[in-house]
Amino acid sequence: MKTLVVYLMAGRQTPELAEAAVEGGADIVELGFPFSDPLADGPVIRRAAERALSEGMRTDACLECLARTRERVDVPLVPMTYAALLEAYGYERFEAEARAAGATSLIVADLPVDARPDLRRIQLVAPTSTDERIALAARVTDGWLYLVTVTGTTGARDRLSTAFAGLVERTRALTNVPVYAGFGISTPEHAQAAFELADGIVVGTRAVEVAEDGPAALRDYVRSLRAEMIVH
Amino acid sequence: MTVGLYGTYGGRYVPETLIPALDELEAGWDKAREDPAFQAALDRLLGTYGGRPTPLTLAERFAPGKRLYLKREDLLHTGAHKLNNTLGQALLAQRLGKGRIVAETGAGQHGVATATVCARFGFECVVYMGAEDMERQRPNVERMNLLGAEVRPVEFGTQTLREATSEAIRDWIANVETTHYLIGSCVGPHPYPEIVRELQAVIGGEARAQILEAEGRLPEIALACVGGGSNAIGLFAGFVDDSEVRLVGVEAHDAASLGDGRPGVLHGARSSLLADEDGQILDAHSVAAGLDYPGVGPEHAFLRDSGRAEYVNATDDEARDAFERLARTEGIIPALEPAHALARVAELDAELVLLCLSGRGDKDL
Repeated sequence: MKTLVVYLMAGRQTPELAEAAVEGGADIVELGFPFSDPLADGPVIRRAAERALSEGMRTDACLECLARTRERVDVPLVPMTYAALLEAYGYERFEAEARAAGATSLIVADLPVDARPDLRRIQLVAPTSTDERIALAARVTDGWLYLVTVTGTTGARDRLSTAFAGLVERTRALTNVPVYAGFGISTPEHAQAAFELADGIVVGTRAVEVAEDGPAALRDYVRSLRAEMIVH
Repeated sequence: MTVGLYGTYGGRYVPETLIPALDELEAGWDKAREDPAFQAALDRLLGTYGGRPTPLTLAERFAPGKRLYLKREDLLHTGAHKLNNTLGQALLAQRLGKGRIVAETGAGQHGVATATVCARFGFECVVYMGAEDMERQRPNVERMNLLGAEVRPVEFGTQTLREATSEAIRDWIANVETTHYLIGSCVGPHPYPEIVRELQAVIGGEARAQILEAEGRLPEIALACVGGGSNAIGLFAGFVDDSEVRLVGVEAHDAASLGDGRPGVLHGARSSLLADEDGQILDAHSVAAGLDYPGVGPEHAFLRDSGRAEYVNATDDEARDAFERLARTEGIIPALEPAHALARVAELDAELVLLCLSGRGDKDL
């Protein structure tokens, strides 16, 4: 059974949305803690982050949101954020408070594997990563590896799917850690390729878009992804 | 974080996708700087294309009672110190085999300097510029277009240098294999702050020799405006080991990331930033687009903390007054950015002052 990870931006509706995602078949929920200047995010998640910040979703409010989400779902919950928030909050304090609020692990999009080795987190690897870095990331990651499948440009799909297959192959040769593919999985082609090669997929941007239409829409969307995954 | 640190500042806070490119850049840079052929090619370009050395001008009417020397980076080709950096990084990009350049620009000076070297080297060139900055620095947009660069407006967030920088980095993430990111200031992830400092150090190196020649002694104060801080770090590089020379940076009053900032992470590095207690970045404001940035190079944060350099500020009005006064008293129209440094000259407790006139003011008319 492949793993389905759904990303949601922290906000007032997140506990209900997370519950709907889990009902639809999500195995893990990532919870975005918004940052004002998110280098790894495209326009959709950036806008969601701006909106969340304007609604007051600062670190303490995000931790509170995490705790309320934890009350409603049993699946692993993983905050995903940027180093700026941890710098300001204190790395150890952030980790402790997040765990206390129900976080299973943590993803920091701009903290490379060789930085802050003491902070246990899910590591990301990219098509540009060297074998040496993939091996290091696999050794220290917290449970699974987040494979960045695309780099986000339109028109680069052929090249990127080639890069993704190569990345999975290289990673498999180096580690037995489960690999979940994310970044840019929104089209059926990407999802299909990812289902075939990886142990799971992370759906972010599309989930954030669908979540704007409420929990029912999100549940249906996740259910449709789940059905695709069973087919493959 | 263990690479590229200035005290606790600097480092590499970027998505994994960029790390191999930063490693490649660092290796290429380390090799280039040891290679006499690279330095010779750069020196030749700086001289025959850029117009170096730039002169020192004594500004007696602007600063009566003092001996104020202006380091005339406004006379460099394209009208600002930015070309020192873009020529060096263009040579580096060529060595790395990259044929496409992306850059950010605030005032447009770095964008023009980038578009210029791209035309000269035959590189494809994309410059990200905040929509608000495109409006207020229109002549530079036209210059970039004429030079063959594609200027892409950035229409979200603050629509200034801050968002333009994020967008240039995102472009680099998406095109990292073919593209060199030609950053315009001593900011960003390691090794950029070091590369830009070293390429701008020609300002301080020349100025030191020139003022010794003119006055037979070192200046009491070396003074420069600070946005990201590249002209200042280049000037300071010539004097940082001369403990008797005070290093003074002048920030825009409402963009004082050193004066009013706190430690945080922005655009790939830890530095002193305008940020709230949660680490969210705050808006900066300045009439000078080149200073309108909530961050600053990590080395400046380190120089501030160590006490080696001091940082003050000037308001928009003070800068505008100094802008006009230099024009009327010396026949030199400065950019609004160095006008901030000019605004602080009169009250300095020093007689012999060296000021980096980082650019000319045609863009600000």
